Amino acid sequence: MIEVDMMKKVPVREQDAKVRATNFDEVCLGYNEEEAMAESTRCLNCKNARCVQGCPVSINIPAFIQEVKAGNHEAAYQIISESSALPAVCGRVCPQESQCEGLCVRGVKGEAVSIGKLERFVADWAREHGIKPAPAKEKKGKKVAVIGSGPAGLTCAGDLAKLGYDVTIFEALHKAGGVLVYGIPEFRLPKEAVVEKEIENVKSLGVKIEKDVIIGKSITIDELFGEEKFDAVFIGSGAGLPKFMGIPGENANGVFSANEYLTRSNLMKAFDSSSTTPIMKSKKVAVVGGGNVAMDAARTALRLGAEVHIVYRRSEAELPARVEEVHHAKEEGIIFDLLTNPTEILEDEKGWVKGIKCIRMELGEPDESGRRRPVEVAGSEFVIDVDTVIMSLGTSPNPLISSTTKGLETDKRRCIVAEEATGATSKKGVYAGGDAVTGAATVILAMGAGKTAAKAIDEYLE
Amino acid sequence: MFKILNMQFLNPTIFRMDVEAPMVARACLPGQFVIVRSNDEAERIPLTICDYDREKGSVTIVVQIIGAGTKILSEMKAGDSLADFVGPLGQPSDLVTDDIEEVKKKKIVFVAGGLGTAPVYPQVKWLKEHGVDADVIIGAKNKDILIMEEEFKSVATNLYITTDDGSYGRTGMVTKCLEDLVTAEGKAYDHCVSIGPMIMMKFVCALTEKLGIHTVVSMNPIMVDGTGMCGACRCSVEGKTKFACVDGPEFDGHKVNWDEAMRRSGMYREWEAKEKEARA
Repeated sequence: MIEVDMMKKVPVREQDAKVRATNFDEVCLGYNEEEAMAESTRCLNCKNARCVQGCPVSINIPAFIQEVKAGNHEAAYQIISESSALPAVCGRVCPQESQCEGLCVRGVKGEAVSIGKLERFVADWAREHGIKPAPAKEKKGKKVAVIGSGPAGLTCAGDLAKLGYDVTIFEALHKAGGVLVYGIPEFRLPKEAVVEKEIENVKSLGVKIEKDVIIGKSITIDELFGEEKFDAVFIGSGAGLPKFMGIPGENANGVFSANEYLTRSNLMKAFDSSSTTPIMKSKKVAVVGGGNVAMDAARTALRLGAEVHIVYRRSEAELPARVEEVHHAKEEGIIFDLLTNPTEILEDEKGWVKGIKCIRMELGEPDESGRRRPVEVAGSEFVIDVDTVIMSLGTSPNPLISSTTKGLETDKRRCIVAEEATGATSKKGVYAGGDAVTGAATVILAMGAGKTAAKAIDEYLE
Repeated sequence: MFKILNMQFLNPTIFRMDVEAPMVARACLPGQFVIVRSNDEAERIPLTICDYDREKGSVTIVVQIIGAGTKILSEMKAGDSLADFVGPLGQPSDLVTDDIEEVKKKKIVFVAGGLGTAPVYPQVKWLKEHGVDADVIIGAKNKDILIMEEEFKSVATNLYITTDDGSYGRTGMVTKCLEDLVTAEGKAYDHCVSIGPMIMMKFVCALTEKLGIHTVVSMNPIMVDGTGMCGACRCSVEGKTKFACVDGPEFDGHKVNWDEAMRRSGMYREWEAKEKEARA
């Protein structure tokens, strides 16, 4: 029996930091059944469950935890599946501390219930026991096209298929999953064991996935409505365009966008030494940026054998990455150069990166984001001698769709304009959600938007 | 899966493949490219479209064996299927999207070298079909590796072939041929399209700048996704960073930073050489 301290989470087992810094296996090992059932006893089963309000897809959290407590894991899975198409993913990558767990009553005096780890346990248990979500019994006889097979698209497709729609997902890459396969590394989200299985579950609901189709290039949205006879379209094409700083030396050999670096490692499998995909063999890397993607790129470079510095212009308190990711990165030996901003990338005579020139920053008055604005400290320039620079400054939506679809309104950041409550765009029958609308955000917010749009599409087609 | 309808070697290292890809065939225009993966483990190879048949639903690519990926591709046969064939990517050539009456006024010359000969073909063919004249210069090291001469005979207004060693046609590089035509043979051009090895395009641009001929080149840099996602293909054009995959692949050749482009295209050369050795 595990003794449970009601003030504290049942600890979750992790790979030792020194060991995992040299491999790509999953960092967090998750709860086993005994640990999950022990942790579930900490849930107060609140009548007015605040955790549910914190969940972008409104999973009935107390209800599934009560089933875990009773050992009815299959029933717990079916409760989660009513709301989420990708529980094994969410249990791993959601920022629970600022969502469900952030509102948990247990968290007032002690630690919140470990909702994310319990969700992961249930999803993993269901997968290991071959349990799948149930497909729709009645067909609606209407076709919906979903653009993009990332979290928004998969969720929207799954929900519509459960309602009986004939759903086809169009994916530009050769593999389905969007950011789940090209962006998030294996050590946080195993691809074959977890992502592929979740996608199989969505397909088992009747969803078809057409890969290698670029909407806006291979076929347009108007053609989807015309010759392809779709009745509605959901755009979940994400925010794929990397940003660069615009500083001198940015096109030197050895400067990559985090998107490129991670795509090479994750989608193209460069992390696996048997793969033929080239990836820079770096000795010392500067990752510029402080978000989750920066942490992923840094921890990937570390595992490929480099000394890695995170270069971030604000202080630790402002790091946009999840607390857990920062904590893991530090444990593994990532060096944080905070209040530091690059001004130039230095090249050797052959055009390869030989260093990154930075300037020290200090925090001034709060800016429009409410965070204190970093200000340069005059005369404080210095050089970090690196051979690789990875730019992780965020991404913006790809204009391939908006530029080829008449009547689809975008804002000045090139994000598609969509009503928050429905996902409806300025074009009739076209809905959108996820990063394509919000700019780069999180997996779960994209899933929430996919869910909202599925409901609105159902109402539109009724 | 995308079925290979026809597979044919044009010279010992360059082969032509017709691939069943109806969606690409319906949408593509000259100047655009596709990304190909032979099997589920293979790398993504960007290749400029060399011909298409909208009725048959087929697209033609011409490939040169360079690394492991193109070697695997070269071993495939008609009837086999490619794992992936995605496109059309990039912007079509300006010549096919600009006002046709304006295009007809231009005096156009295409300067092609090596593998670059193949992607020139659909542009010249399109112009011929739309009543636009265009001269074509094709360069090859020698007679044995010259490709697509017959195809060009039926679409080019004047076809000039030049070989480095003089084994066929004129003797010398494409730049010599173009310079001779303009300075000694009374030819006048105001629009040049050059596709070929980076070093050739660089020298063609240096020449046409001197001759005052507007020149468009087709870049073929390192790419991963081909949709604007990774930025591996970035190049400097007039001092601004462009993504060849979505902003190009065709750019004003007089504004391209060639030294940077050539340096970037060699980024993984050492890596690949080591890999080759390790796997041998």
